[in-house]
Parts: sequence; C-alpha cells; structure tokens
Amino acid sequence: MEEKTLEEIIARYDSPTGKVLGILGDIQRSEGYIPRETLEMLSVKIDVRISQLYSIVTFYSFFSLKPVGEHVITICMGTACHVRGAVGVLDALESLLDIHGDTTEDGKFSVTTKDNKFTVEIARCFGACSMAPVLQIDGTLYGYANPDTLPAILEQYGWRAA
Amino acid sequence: MTGVFDRAAGEVAGQKKILPGKPRIAVGLATCGIAVGGEKVYERLQEIIKKTGVDISLAKTGCIGYCREEPLVNITIPGKPLVILHKVTEEDAEGIVEAVKKGTVPYKKALCRVPSWDHVTGTVITYGNGFDEIPLYADIPFFKHQKKVILRNAGFINPEDIDEYLAVGGYAAAEQALTRMDSETIISEVEKSGLRGRGGAGFPTGMKWRITRDAPGAAKYIICNADEGDPGAYMNRNEMESDPHMLIEGMIIGAYAIGAKEGLIYIRAEYPLAIRRLVHAIGEARALGLLGKDIIGAGFDFDIRIATGAGAFVCGESTALVASIEGRTGRPHPRPPRLTDPGGGLWGIPSDLNNVETWCNIPVIIRNGSGWYAKIGAEKNAGTKVFSLVGKVDRVGLVEVPLGTSLNTIVCDIGNGGAQGKKVKAVQTGGPSGGCIPVRLFDTPVNYESLNAVGSIMGSGGIVVMDEDTDMVDIARYFINFATGESCGKCVPCREGLRHTLILLNRLIARKGTAKDLETLALLADTIKNTSLCGLGQSAPNPVLTTLAYFREEYDALVKP
Repeated sequence: MEEKTLEEIIARYDSPTGKVLGILGDIQRSEGYIPRETLEMLSVKIDVRISQLYSIVTFYSFFSLKPVGEHVITICMGTACHVRGAVGVLDALESLLDIHGDTTEDGKFSVTTKDNKFTVEIARCFGACSMAPVLQIDGTLYGYANPDTLPAILEQYGWRAA
Repeated sequence: MTGVFDRAAGEVAGQKKILPGKPRIAVGLATCGIAVGGEKVYERLQEIIKKTGVDISLAKTGCIGYCREEPLVNITIPGKPLVILHKVTEEDAEGIVEAVKKGTVPYKKALCRVPSWDHVTGTVITYGNGFDEIPLYADIPFFKHQKKVILRNAGFINPEDIDEYLAVGGYAAAEQALTRMDSETIISEVEKSGLRGRGGAGFPTGMKWRITRDAPGAAKYIICNADEGDPGAYMNRNEMESDPHMLIEGMIIGAYAIGAKEGLIYIRAEYPLAIRRLVHAIGEARALGLLGKDIIGAGFDFDIRIATGAGAFVCGESTALVASIEGRTGRPHPRPPRLTDPGGGLWGIPSDLNNVETWCNIPVIIRNGSGWYAKIGAEKNAGTKVFSLVGKVDRVGLVEVPLGTSLNTIVCDIGNGGAQGKKVKAVQTGGPSGGCIPVRLFDTPVNYESLNAVGSIMGSGGIVVMDEDTDMVDIARYFINFATGESCGKCVPCREGLRHTLILLNRLIARKGTAKDLETLALLADTIKNTSLCGLGQSAPNPVLTTLAYFREEYDALVKP
C-alpha cells in the first residue's frame, strides 16, 4: 500500500476510540490482506509498537497476513450452514479448485490456488442463516449453496472445469 | 448543519412517501433479500418505470423477516390494502408494473394483504380495503403467532429515509424524554418495564443504567454491542438494516438518562450493509438536530460513533469488547472492575453496554409506558424477543414473539416443523454458549430461567433446528471446535480444556473412543464450566453437557463395547 493511501486511511480516524481496528480493517478491505511493510509503516505513523499490531492482526479472524488471490471465496461455517451441509460445500470447492487447506496455527483458514486466481477462506457467520449454506465471493453473497451449483457460480469468476 | 427539530414536518413528509397518493412499489432490501436477487428486481423495476414513464413511486424497505419467501415486494395502491408479493424474480417485474398500472396486483405472486398496520408507537397506517381473495396477513401461519414490537417497522418503511421513520411515530419518544422527562423518571420507567438485556444474560436494563449514572465522575459512555457473534443469529443485523433509527433513538434516550455525551456502536465487520445504513442514519439524525449539540433544543449534547470489530467471538464479553475498541486484543479481564465502575469502562470511564435489541426496546417503552410494556410477555420476562429460526426448519426467518412463548409454538406452529417433512429432533439455542434441547422438552417456555433450567441459555436469539438426520455428537464437536478457535488463550481451563475436549470428541467420532473417554468428557466439561475466567469458557461446555444429557445413546453408539 502506498504511503499516501495509508495516510488517507489514518486521517479518517479523529478519535482513539475504535481507531486501531478501524485502520487495520480498512487496510484489509483495500488490499485483501495486511502487507508487512504497511504494518511497519503504520506502527511508526500511529506510534503503536509493531509487536502490538502483530498481536492484533493474528488475534482477530478478519485480518490476514497472507496475500490473497484475484477472487476471495469465503465459506460460512455458522451453525445453520453447518447443519445444512457447509462442510460438503467446502469439500466440493476444494476438489473443484484442486486445493487442500487446513486451519493454521492462529486458527485461520486461507488457501490460494496455484494460479493465484482464487483464495478460499472460512467465516464464522455472515448472519445470512436463512439461506444456508452461504458463501461469499468478492463481497457478493450466494445462498442455498450446494456442490452441484458451485461450478456455475465459479464460472462467473473465470473458473473452467479442467 | 443543525436545525431546530421539527417532528411534525418530517411526519407529514414521511407519510406522503408511505402513502404517496399514487401506487408505490417497495422492494425488501436487507442483506438476505439482496442476496436472493432483490436488488436485481429493484433495478429492473426502476428501468421499466423509467422507460414507460408510468407514475409509480419505487422505494426500498428492510425485511419483514419471512426469509424463506424472499425476495419480497410490497405494493400499495391508493385505497387498497398493502399487498406483499413473495419469491419475486426479475422476470416478474414487467407483470408487476403492468398490473399496478391497471390498479391491481399480480395475484399469483401475492402472499398476503395488510389493510392497516399498527406501528405500535401510536401510529396506525390505514392502507385500504379490497383484494379479498388474497389472504390476510393475520391468517398467514408464519405471521399469526407473532407479535411485532421491535420489528414493527421492518419491511414497511425505507430504512434510508428518516422521514419514513418520523411518519410512524419515530423520535416521538426521544422528544418526549428530552423535553418532558428527567433522568430519574426515564430510568424508573425502564426499571418498571421489566426490560432485561437482550444480549443473552438478561441483566435488568434499568438497573444497569442507574448504576452507570450513579458511578463517580461526570463523564459516562454508552455502548451498543452490535458484534452479533453467535453463529446462527442474525436478528441484530436485520434490526439495524431495516430500522436503524430505532436503535439511534433508543441510544439518545439512554444517553440523556445516564448523562453520556458520547455513544458508540461496536459492530462486526461482517455486516457492511448494516454499517452503511447506520452511518447514513446517523448523518440524517445529525442534520435534523437529533444528534450533536443541543438536541431537540433541550440543551443536551450527544453524538454516536461507530467502531468496527474484526471477528472475535470473545469480544461479546464486555471487558474484551472494551479492549477491542481501545485497540488491543480482545482478552477479558476478571471483574470487578465492571464496565460501570470507574476504571473499568472505555478509557477507564464508567460505561453502560447494551445489546442492539435492548436499545431498540427503549423508544416503545417510553412512548407507551412501562405499564403497557410489562403486560407483554411473562412473569419477570417482559416484552418480546426476536429469534432467528434457522437450520432444518420448514419456514426459516426472523420470528418475534412475547417471552414465555413455547418452543413448540415457535418451531412447529410458526416454523411448521422440519424442512422437507423431516422429523425435528432438537433445537440449539444461545449459540456456542447454549445447549441442545430435545423435542420432548418443546413445551418449555422461552424465557431466561426456563432455558437455563434445561441446560441452555436464551443467548442473543438464535434457534437452530436439528432434524432426524442431524448427528448430535457432531453438533457438540462443531461447537467445541468453534469455542476452541475463539478461546482467547488467557486462562488454562478454557484454552487447554476445550482443546482436549475436542480431541476426545474427534476420537469418539472416529470410533476409537472408550466408555472411559465419555467419563473424562463429562468431567472435563464440568471443570471448564466451573473454573474458566469469563463467560466464553464457563458456557462453552454447554453443547457437550446437554447432548450428553439428552442424546447419550448417540455417544454410546460410538463407543466400542
């Protein structure tokens, strides 16, 4: 992230209340992840130790330190989605995209395809439980997901069956 | 810009939007409505109306809560009842406009009609009569057992237009409170109403306000917990997306009573539309002099800020929530000091923290009086509660009922039992802190005490239905896996105990467990419950304890003889 963009983000927060998480959230949304250099730059600009910023970024599931692919697919793993088959949707997605993921040490799940086209992540709940199972691609929600409907959705984002 | 607040002018302007004297088509556009195609319906309608030049007013509303039937579209033709159309697609748009042009509605798409609607705070909107072949709202099984108090405006008014909120009695309670009531009268009204915290713990709201107000020091904060972290619960999202001003009005009244100059809404980042609508609504309120300096000319200054969370379930715990707003990791500390104590709240200032729905209850209590409110619901459980009825239930959606309503009424009468004709086995209430309640206990009234008595909790209002195909041990593992991931790691019972509980459950599900493992599981659950530092750990074993108690045979079946 460019220094000027970061400064613009910081300028949105005129009170210490909610500032640090707010800035990090804006960086995450803008870049899709939190680049290390940006974190270092931020540390100096707002005078918060890098160790503290690092602890925050790894604590909250919304932040990611790993770069993501062109499209980010987030599978909801809320209770309603779980009982209506979200695990099967994730398995099908992994098989379609030829990836295999596991939860990392800090409890996060993020896997990117080799061609860097898709990143698959999981979310705790989107609060769209009525149309469970739910997945989100680049901010757009898709309800009533199931292994059979996945290919058609993925094709809209440039995926082609091998 | 701050003007002198003129409620009456806004009310008139808003009523002209709700009943414009010409046909109005309103599309339900909350997150779920948008996701199933509501926005495309809206865009198509807009295009057709523009192209044909027909004189129809097109509007957006929030969500009435019947999620299974979305996208929903309301049609108002002057003198006729409001008609709710369901499962509307882009392809239906042309037919809708054609019908409306002729002064009618597409009957095939009609779900029900609403001749008049009581917005509870003293305003009844009368739409009209006719369309007798379409069922009445009150005859639709999903609606007829409900009592809409909190969701009174959801799906009827445009959440992005303050005039429409004013048109249905909005901000009348704030005006009444700030100009004709003092702090003591307001707090005593809230106490007498019997309102208890809707985040799940059920602490008396009025008492919390009083404690905060009376805490030493002149500065106070009020905070709204909008971090709805329970998976399976989404009523707060809809309350904010469909009627954001109700929350703001509740907070204005609370701030005035407590003596706070600054309020905060701590909202999860996963709710971008709710954030956008709140930001917009706060801007509208400021423009009308309802936030800022000298609110309603009553000499009271107050403003609201929004702070976003970043996905940590533990931040629903009050001390962790404050740590998060202050820019730290959300790890709880032992209480006292509580948030209401000096040194315990935000930046050390005594703070009152209430859930979204708790705040949303305030305007109606002030407007209609504590006596009116206390009559709704059950003994020591006054008022209504909104539940998200989801999972393997036929009619999914948001359901508002008086507290004390039985699970049977909610799941069977309103929800029509299992989806696809399957038999319901249990419900899970209260999210990861709650428990599973078997169908044989469905006569349990839904109130704080009864749910505790069967091993679960009210929680924020998620009710996830499980049917005959649901594996209850897998459900226990699901929640323990969730809690293990969300444990902040500060205290040993929660951090290590949950991890080992998960190992045991995985071993059982892999059919490698023994009867001894079941004993260890129960013992471990008991230890975690009794020795953890905060509510997350203390309640995390509930899913295991309740499934062990009610579905023991499913565990036994996994254990080698």
